[in-house]
Amino acid sequence: MAMEVTQILLNAQAVDGTVRKQAEESLKQFQEQNLPSFLLSLAGELSNEDKPVESRKLAGLILKNALDAKEQHRKLELVQRWLSLDTSAKAQIKAGLLKTLSSLAPDARSTASQVIAKVAGIELPHKQWPELIGALLSNIHQLPAHTRQATLETLGYVCEEVSPDVVDQDQVNKILTAVVQGMNASESNSDVRLVATRALYNALGFAQANFSNDMERDYIMRVVCEATLSPELKIRQAAFECLVAISSTYYEKLSPYIQDIFNITAKAVKEDEEPVALQAIEFWSSVCDEEIDILEEYGGDFTGDSDIPCFYFVKQALPVLVPMLLETLLKQEEDQDQDEGAWNIAMAGGTCLGLVAQTVGDDVVQLVMPFIEENITKPDWRQREAATYAFGSILEGPSPEKLIPLVNLALNFMLTALMKDPNNHVKDTTAWTLGRMFEFLHGSALETPIITQANIQQIITVLLQSMKDVPNVAEKACGALYFLAQGYEDAGSSSSPLTPFFQEIVQALLTVTHREDAGESRLRTAAYETLNEVVRCSTDETAPMVLQLVPLIMMELHQTLEAQKLSSDEREKQNELQGLLCGCLQVIIQKLGSSEPTKYVFMQYADQMMALFLRVFASRSATAHEEAMLAIGALAYAAGTDFAKYMSEFYRYLEMGLQNFEDYQVCAITVGVVGDICRALEDKILPYCDGVMTQLLKDLSSNQLHRSVKPPIFSCFGDIALAIGENFEKYLMYAMPMLQSAAELSAHISGADDDMLEYTNSLRNGILEAYSGIFQGFKGSSKTQLLMPYAPHVLQFLDSLYMEKDMDDAVSKTAIGVLGDLADTLGSNAGPLIQQSVSSRDFLNECLSSDDHLIRESAEWAKLAISRAISF
Amino acid sequence: MAPHDLRRPFKRPAISDQQRRREISLQRQAQNRRDAQQHARCLASTLLYLQFPQAEPASEPELELESVPEFQAEFGTELEVEFEASPREFDIRQASKLKGSQARKWFAGQLMLPEWMIDVPDQLAQDWYVFARPAGKRCFVVSTNGTTVSRLRNGSILNRFPSALPNGARARDASGSAQSYSILDCIFHESDQTYYVIDMVCWRGYSLYDCTAEFRFFWLNSKLAERSEWFYSKPFPICSPQRSWPEMPLLNHIPFSCIFHESDQTYYVIDMVCWRGYSLYDCTAEFRFFWLNSKLAETGACDQPSYYHRYRFCLVQVYNCDQAGLSAAYVPYVKDGLIFYNKHAHYQTGNTPLALVWKDENCSQYVIDTDSKGQIPSQQQVVLELQDNGNLTTSDDPPVVFGFLDEGFVQKSGLHPGNLLRFAISEGGLSFVDGKLARADLKYLGKSNRARAFADSYSKVVFQHMARHSPLQFDDLLASIGSSIDQEDKPSEVEMVG
Repeated sequence: MAMEVTQILLNAQAVDGTVRKQAEESLKQFQEQNLPSFLLSLAGELSNEDKPVESRKLAGLILKNALDAKEQHRKLELVQRWLSLDTSAKAQIKAGLLKTLSSLAPDARSTASQVIAKVAGIELPHKQWPELIGALLSNIHQLPAHTRQATLETLGYVCEEVSPDVVDQDQVNKILTAVVQGMNASESNSDVRLVATRALYNALGFAQANFSNDMERDYIMRVVCEATLSPELKIRQAAFECLVAISSTYYEKLSPYIQDIFNITAKAVKEDEEPVALQAIEFWSSVCDEEIDILEEYGGDFTGDSDIPCFYFVKQALPVLVPMLLETLLKQEEDQDQDEGAWNIAMAGGTCLGLVAQTVGDDVVQLVMPFIEENITKPDWRQREAATYAFGSILEGPSPEKLIPLVNLALNFMLTALMKDPNNHVKDTTAWTLGRMFEFLHGSALETPIITQANIQQIITVLLQSMKDVPNVAEKACGALYFLAQGYEDAGSSSSPLTPFFQEIVQALLTVTHREDAGESRLRTAAYETLNEVVRCSTDETAPMVLQLVPLIMMELHQTLEAQKLSSDEREKQNELQGLLCGCLQVIIQKLGSSEPTKYVFMQYADQMMALFLRVFASRSATAHEEAMLAIGALAYAAGTDFAKYMSEFYRYLEMGLQNFEDYQVCAITVGVVGDICRALEDKILPYCDGVMTQLLKDLSSNQLHRSVKPPIFSCFGDIALAIGENFEKYLMYAMPMLQSAAELSAHISGADDDMLEYTNSLRNGILEAYSGIFQGFKGSSKTQLLMPYAPHVLQFLDSLYMEKDMDDAVSKTAIGVLGDLADTLGSNAGPLIQQSVSSRDFLNECLSSDDHLIRESAEWAKLAISRAISF
Repeated sequence: MAPHDLRRPFKRPAISDQQRRREISLQRQAQNRRDAQQHARCLASTLLYLQFPQAEPASEPELELESVPEFQAEFGTELEVEFEASPREFDIRQASKLKGSQARKWFAGQLMLPEWMIDVPDQLAQDWYVFARPAGKRCFVVSTNGTTVSRLRNGSILNRFPSALPNGARARDASGSAQSYSILDCIFHESDQTYYVIDMVCWRGYSLYDCTAEFRFFWLNSKLAERSEWFYSKPFPICSPQRSWPEMPLLNHIPFSCIFHESDQTYYVIDMVCWRGYSLYDCTAEFRFFWLNSKLAETGACDQPSYYHRYRFCLVQVYNCDQAGLSAAYVPYVKDGLIFYNKHAHYQTGNTPLALVWKDENCSQYVIDTDSKGQIPSQQQVVLELQDNGNLTTSDDPPVVFGFLDEGFVQKSGLHPGNLLRFAISEGGLSFVDGKLARADLKYLGKSNRARAFADSYSKVVFQHMARHSPLQFDDLLASIGSSIDQEDKPSEVEMVG
């Protein structure tokens, strides 16, 4: 058998397809017939020094894949499968894995490290394999270098795999000691030093206690800083990555080290190789991120009580940090603008400069202006580009008062450069900078406009001209126009300064979408996005022109649907285009549907448009589906009850969307569209409710579906109940228990992180919206008594939400509304229940005096409804 | 070790328009959901006031008719602002403090007001109903706390009486929940003392068990549209006098809306606004008429008057607007013109082009407006509202400007923005360019009757003008039915409305 396994594993890597396929088939059979024995023989293969390294490596990989998977639901299955496996088999497998760490074959060791981490990831949270860390670290000093290396690598992977709370502080101390010793300059083997440095990166999250201890923290910091000076590039890079991680995890502990770190990073940015220099810049970007967050959270208002004070590291380093970053801007690569994935020191430096500007505001301006003035007119394109990039980078952060005079001076120069500069790179950056000017310094909120009657004509002429330039420049020009239009979004129904140019702009954008090379630099996408924004921000004056767009865009969509016999590459492009066209129609529907006169005329296209959207569902592209679905939602909203006539045809796609677990965005959007249709059709949706409810209930009970879709599904229950009223009766027995158990789960989530709390609140909101819709839906029906049995639970849920004190404002508003809806619908029957409820009175009073007017409004409503319920 | 995520390249576009579209959609959906809930809740709040008119008798608006104050002086600024902001949603306790013109405006705002037919809609035969408008007073019938109250278009009370409408009389045990409302849109016909019900918008009540079975049947029926189509192809049965008042364990308050016909003292119910708490505001006319017919007869409201049921309620015969229907509705009897309802129209408060009124001498005594003495003035008179900027506008939304008063004149005459002013249309008449009003030759007569809540609507002025010069004839209506069938296959043309 064992011999056979080796051969099969080798065959599975054969060049000959048939041999490979056969081998894969036998592996599959083996696994299905006897899983424990299959895993055991794989572990045996991996740990056997006599076997060829290729078969050992593959054995390890298959073992790893038997423990973990990307999809959440598959992962959970595999975890359960491993946990239920025979204990002695597992013990043998684990012993084999540990033994492999001392193998002479590096590939076998490395594979074993990864598998051990996966097993640890499953077992440690279940308090199994408690001896793992001890076993790894016992007599680590006596081990040969290659085993030490494999052990440290394993520790790193384990730290990456498990969460800090499943490892005792005692074991953490041991891990950190071993890792930091491995990083120390006294470690002569550079492979060991490298894996130790990488292991520290993963172990940093475990080191809370150690970072609070001055002596231990000093030691770790010293070792990390020393490692940044290692002769090995990879070690220097890994050490800087540790510094980046420390800057975000332990920002508040950085103070004593910041001067030294600045010196180290400055030297690296100036002299070191690019991978290291990039990490050194990243350190400062990361510090900026932290300070921006802190300053945002406290609004500049610090007290001794603030969780994390701002140390203003960036502000203090400014006089030296800014020149260092400006220097990097001159190190551009040729053609970096054509390469989507490009990332180099100049780009990283500009990005960091932008973050610095956001962190310190006005102070950055005087440090950057001399550089711009000196370089912007130089013959070398690098200098002109760097100067322009620097200017564009500081446009977000400093005050408009500081920037607007500078922008007014620069605007004309930029417009000329965009037309006349001989270098594409400079033009690209110039168009981008114009876009940033319009994004941050143009709009109704600003007192002094940078775009005036005097220059708007010239600006638009230049941008439209520039849209004929090479794709990357044209794409940036579209982006600038996007923000130019956005600045006028508050024009409302009154006149917009863009009106005289509207036709010309739309024409130019449509021309761009038809350019042969519009596929490059995402030019076509940018042109449609800009067109969308121009439409969104248009006013009644230009509504007839927007209306003229409808048949045009519909025709384009029609043509993509007619295209025959496409290669898969061409089909992908068609799908992308269909997505863009559906998106554009969606924006137009929303625009024209928002005012009665335009809606009336526009709805004449509804039949044809709907037919086109339905045809888009024939494609296999998730993006196109999503866009078509969004457009249909907008159409349903505009059409109201008239939408009923499309339902018989549309229904199967609706169902399809609700079944799309894989592309959960499609599913989420479809759920939203169900809500739109409920409000549009009201009771006319009834014939479709059985199917829709079945699907939604399936979605909720699926562990394959992304969790973010679940809260909107609950809200959707409310939409359906509000639409069909007491006909929701037959769904109560399914929906209510689900709401109850979700409510119980979401009521208490102590110790959750911010993400979890945010998700929980969205889940609570969905549950409460469901209750609201159901109560309001049954209002006045003879069947309200059907809801009575659920009332105690709903009140209890509200009680526990109030007690937990971790609701956000949206949940408070919905929750107090539910209290009102319950009282409104159940009336006097609910009076005693409400009076018995522990906290409804306090909750109501709290909401009545809330600062949030939406909460107050809901509370006023609840008060009114309760007073009626109690007085009868 | 995990590679550190690269930063998003700073110079690449920050925006994903798709993400933006998604977010905008989600915002729109969330807003629509809030609106739908708000609407459901608000309905109860609005009616709550109607339910307890006795609670604060001092503030009953209808008592204030005699002393119409200048509302600038009468109302605190705060109240006025809130009222202007959202008349449908504002607090009920504030509504109860409204007096005079503000109160009338508020109640008047609850009725759907037909526009006058100044041209014949397309698809008249397919999309519209027609019925004879009984001559009488258009009103809103609300039965509450053992009494029934009818209110005129201007919000003032017409009658307070017991009725067989649920909770419309004290005769029955009123121990049940008071949370149910119905609103009927009626015409009271004085001579036969009957309320003719023309529409129904809302009905509420937990406990009317004999309605429930039908209610369930009705809602469960997925072929609703076809059924009611079939239903409406026959004239409405007027009412079934044999029916007895059904046994109801609980009685409810019900607000309605009707036309009171003075000569037969009858409320002709023209619409139902609320029936047992089911808001029918958002239902199509088709749907509401079906309800009207199936519900009203069962309550006994159509029975002959008795001690506990002072006035009769009658359903108006509603026809599909085809040749036969139109001719049937046109047959002369005591009525006041024809009303056309678009089948798909929701009950929309205020002026709506989806309900139209049309008259000629044959079917109405009141084709051309009369003055307060019942005489037809030699020149057409119109009532317009004076705006801040001196413009004279109609009651439409958006208002149509008919003319302008200069500041000197306004001051000299002691006028204020918001005043309703009466004008005569002089020799110059009204001139139209491309179907739009271009010029009106107006002569100032004075302030209008103080009981008025609104200026005239554009369609009313134009209809009156046409009635004097080139009336839209019954034959035109018949002809349009013939021709619209011919044109059914014609592709629809796009009309730009810039």
